[in-house]
Amino acid sequence: MTNALEISNLSFSYPDGRQVLSNVNIKINRGERVALLGPNGAGKTTLVMHLNGILLSDDGQVKVAGINVEKNNLFEIRKRVGLVFQDPDDQLFMTTVRDDVAFGPANIGITGIELEERVNFALDQVKTRDFADRPPHHLSFGQRRRVAVATVLAMKPDILVLDEPSSNLDPASRRELAEILLSLDVTIFMVTHDLPYALEICPRAAILNDGKIVADGLTRELLGDDELMKSNRLELPFGMHLDHIPHHR
Amino acid sequence: MGKIQSHISDGIYGHRHNWFHELPSHIKIASVFTFVLVVVLTPGYFFQAHLSYALIVIGLLIWNRIPLGLIRKRLIIEIPFVLFAFFLPIFGTDPRIEFFGLKLSEPGLWAGWNILIKATIGVMMSLILSSTTSQRELLVGLEKLKFPKLLVQIMSFMIRYTVVVTEELKRMAIARESRCFEAKGPKQWGVLARSGGALFIRSYERGERVHMAMLSRGYTGQLPLTTRQIPSRQDFINGTLLPLAAIAVILIWSVFLK
Repeated sequence: MTNALEISNLSFSYPDGRQVLSNVNIKINRGERVALLGPNGAGKTTLVMHLNGILLSDDGQVKVAGINVEKNNLFEIRKRVGLVFQDPDDQLFMTTVRDDVAFGPANIGITGIELEERVNFALDQVKTRDFADRPPHHLSFGQRRRVAVATVLAMKPDILVLDEPSSNLDPASRRELAEILLSLDVTIFMVTHDLPYALEICPRAAILNDGKIVADGLTRELLGDDELMKSNRLELPFGMHLDHIPHHR
Repeated sequence: MGKIQSHISDGIYGHRHNWFHELPSHIKIASVFTFVLVVVLTPGYFFQAHLSYALIVIGLLIWNRIPLGLIRKRLIIEIPFVLFAFFLPIFGTDPRIEFFGLKLSEPGLWAGWNILIKATIGVMMSLILSSTTSQRELLVGLEKLKFPKLLVQIMSFMIRYTVVVTEELKRMAIARESRCFEAKGPKQWGVLARSGGALFIRSYERGERVHMAMLSRGYTGQLPLTTRQIPSRQDFINGTLLPLAAIAVILIWSVFLK
């Protein structure tokens, strides 16, 4: 069976010569939920940009469902990779929520009743159907983040990639989003430095530091490895003990 | 989020149930545009025709219950034209006529009247259009009328991001004031200019991020038209009423004034 995502020997440096990714390797199976952990500036967002060809590197390979991410395949790749950006105001640019959710599927040629159904389906999945005809800036930050997820769910992606999904959310919005993510039947690749959130949602995690994957394994085990955590500038929040946290749902 | 946000996001649109409100936006825009075109093409000396147009406009304003305060506020945009119209009789060419003790240029008076009445009717009609059509529908209408797609996209982004940029500007102002900054005079202009520069760069960077997010969802340079509203025959008939009224005014007064 082909992997949902396969990154092999990926390296990338910006035009100024700064090396951001070096020899990154990771494979994600269909239906898996994987967190990519790492401190600020580790290269997490740069890696995400490679998953749907926003950034293309000559050095290494990224495959989505067995398809190479390269210039000729971008349309197919972007249909399959749903990227949710960190700031929902970057993602939601249309004048109403409904139009924004329809934007992606309409771009891949879906029209009419099927488009309407896709939009309603995606809005229902993130429980935002009631806001469909409102402008995005009339929603709370948490609601906007959920609508941002809907904008990519409407494209029925094979893999959902989330860049810091819990940032700036209040505890209730955090929980609501986590419940939604856990209810989805889709492969999830979540980039974050919010360790409790990674533990809650993703049974597996990889640590990226200084452009390299330095660990890949069960989230609980990685977070329990004090040495590994310390050497990668990762810390559990004050008062958090892994022993007190139930295992994955 | 305050007044500014709701004002910008909703525009001046207020929902009502009448056929003019419910007219598909592209038909409404075409209808209003044609009406204004007929008004503009009517010679200025057709005094009675212009008054009839004004009556139609006032009727539309009352029928659609557009508040007087809003009309007054929005008419401010016309002030430069009004000033120009008032100067014309003073600086216009001969012959001159006596008008309230002043010797005013007759061609100047006609030209001033012409500008004043046409500009006022034009502004009022645009006010009627924007208070009976939501911003989204206006954009859809313009796109259906084959208005350049790029311009429609720019307008759409403007509506969406004016709020975001305004909020950013407010946050910057609060951050400045929290550190005892007061814009008292030219000495502080440097700080304001730097804030403006920072806002420009932030907006530019946001533009890049928005573009990346659009590319990620398959954007190829065109915003897809996602509305499915199909106009009925009655809509087309209703859409012709306004231009026909204007043409009827011209024809009737041409016959009467012969």
